[in-house]
Amino acid sequence: MRALLAVDALSRRYGSLVALDRIDLRIGEGERHALIGPNGAGKTTLLDLVAGAARPDGGRIWVAGRDVTRLGPARRARLGVGRIHQRPAAWPSLSTLDNIAVAGARRCGGYRRTLPAARQLLSAHGLPDVTAAQLSHGQRRQLEIAMALAGRPRLLLLDEPAAGLSAVEFSQLSAVLRDLPRTVTVLLVEHRLDLVYALADRVTVLRDGQHVATGTPDEIRASSTVRTAYAEAVI
Amino acid sequence: MRWLIAPAVLAAVAAPWLADPYTTATLARILVLGLVAASVALLTGVAGLPTLGQTAPFAAGAYAAATLALHSSSVGVTQLLMGASVGAAFAALTTPLVVYARGVVFLMITLAIGELVVTAASRWRSVTGGTDGLAGMPSPRPLWGLPILDTDRARYLYALAVVGVVLCVVVLLLRGPAGMYLRGCRDDEARMRASGHPVGAYLAIAYIAAGAIAGLAGSLLVTTQQYLSPADFGFDVAALLLLGVVIGGAGSVVGAIAGTAVVLAARDWLSGLLPGRGPLLLGALFIAAAYVLPRLRFMLRRVVA
Ligand SMILES: Nc1ncnc2c1ncn2[C@@H]1O[C@H](COP(=O)(O)OP(=O)(O)O)[C@@H](O)[C@H]1O
Ligand SMILES: [Mg+2]
Repeated sequence: MRALLAVDALSRRYGSLVALDRIDLRIGEGERHALIGPNGAGKTTLLDLVAGAARPDGGRIWVAGRDVTRLGPARRARLGVGRIHQRPAAWPSLSTLDNIAVAGARRCGGYRRTLPAARQLLSAHGLPDVTAAQLSHGQRRQLEIAMALAGRPRLLLLDEPAAGLSAVEFSQLSAVLRDLPRTVTVLLVEHRLDLVYALADRVTVLRDGQHVATGTPDEIRASSTVRTAYAEAVI
Repeated sequence: MRWLIAPAVLAAVAAPWLADPYTTATLARILVLGLVAASVALLTGVAGLPTLGQTAPFAAGAYAAATLALHSSSVGVTQLLMGASVGAAFAALTTPLVVYARGVVFLMITLAIGELVVTAASRWRSVTGGTDGLAGMPSPRPLWGLPILDTDRARYLYALAVVGVVLCVVVLLLRGPAGMYLRGCRDDEARMRASGHPVGAYLAIAYIAAGAIAGLAGSLLVTTQQYLSPADFGFDVAALLLLGVVIGGAGSVVGAIAGTAVVLAARDWLSGLLPGRGPLLLGALFIAAAYVLPRLRFMLRRVVA
């Protein structure tokens, strides 16, 4: 399988804090890859670096065989890197429909051409057509997922999409992620391990910026190193 | 507020038959400044770049159109195009200075650009006439073959038509994708980038378009006022425009014109009552607008809801 995302010796420091320490990662095309680890492990930092929202202090990043290390976030998004943020981010003064259409516009030939697809996404995610500022937290998550999908991403970065969702919203989210076509490669950061184990082909564990392990869900569940690394924070 | 538009347009068209020539000329000046305020609203309210510097392309466009009027062409459309292109060119030249700045830094840089242009206008006597001003620009004819605009009423109606057309174009553009993208940049720039939008390019285009509008307004000022001096482009004008935009509801280009009309009327009327206290009154209005208006709007919304 060809690596859709390849990360080589990626490092990032914040002052004296090493948020990520020479991390290597390969994610195959169509793979669902989960990234887990206690708070402060560097998961969001890794997604920031892959999306281009932050610059690495060392290392390289390839998307679909192309070195994107020096490209800005907008260029990477146009290459097909989509993202859902840990804190839901939409444009509050635009309507939900316009949020989706604007989010998809650059990869689908403009705002007007994106509108039909945006309407479908709007109803598929059960969203009302109101100003984004009026949505509840769970609806904002749904909106952000619809926004990311509108851009027809090749690589979808999800940062704790299940955080703060009700039981109903959680099962909706699981269904949406399960039904994503295999043309979309997924890198999922998530604390809800039931979601991780149900969805992921492989799992990577980070702790304090260090790579702990990568393996299938079964391997990770069985690993004693992972259990120790995770012990204090999650279990 | 939409129902107000039709009566307002009617009143604006009827005004020069109801008012004396002096008032008509004042109204024409309000229209011109209102158009500059619309360019301020485009940047401040829609794109989220608060500016005190739209007086700069306004001045550049005005002096360019005046030079054209004095030396070669007395056709209105040519002068408008001249003003708009010089305003746009001025903005394009200053884009590298502003495009990376945001918020208060943007405000301060544009303020500096505005002040530099006023200083240049008072020094470059051969073009601008310095602080004595520039006079003697002949009244133009709107288009080749049309009569010369030789009354205050004709000049006012010409300004009204031009402002109306420009406003309609801007409002229509802002209703489409361009408006969405700019409001997206204002709401959350990083999110725009994460969706692949080239934010810097969008803001640069908005800044250049706002420069074109201000420059075009500058050429209208030559027609309506037939006299230019650096005082037409000073800091107090820039502050007044920003105040008009705040009062008009920052995101609204049409509101900006109404807001500017209110501010100018209030200033002229009040300074008649209290001569020599113009700047003080403007300051008081500014504070009142900043503190009272958001609360008033909030209360109104609750009453309506
Ligand atoms: N912008 C920042 N400035 C300073 N420190 C940061 C910043 N972002 C993250 N960090 C630090 O880097 C470490 C990793 O953070 P993060 O990637 O958000 O962890 P995770 O998402 O795994 O919880 C944490 O110790 C955090 O405090
Ligand atoms: Mg995080």
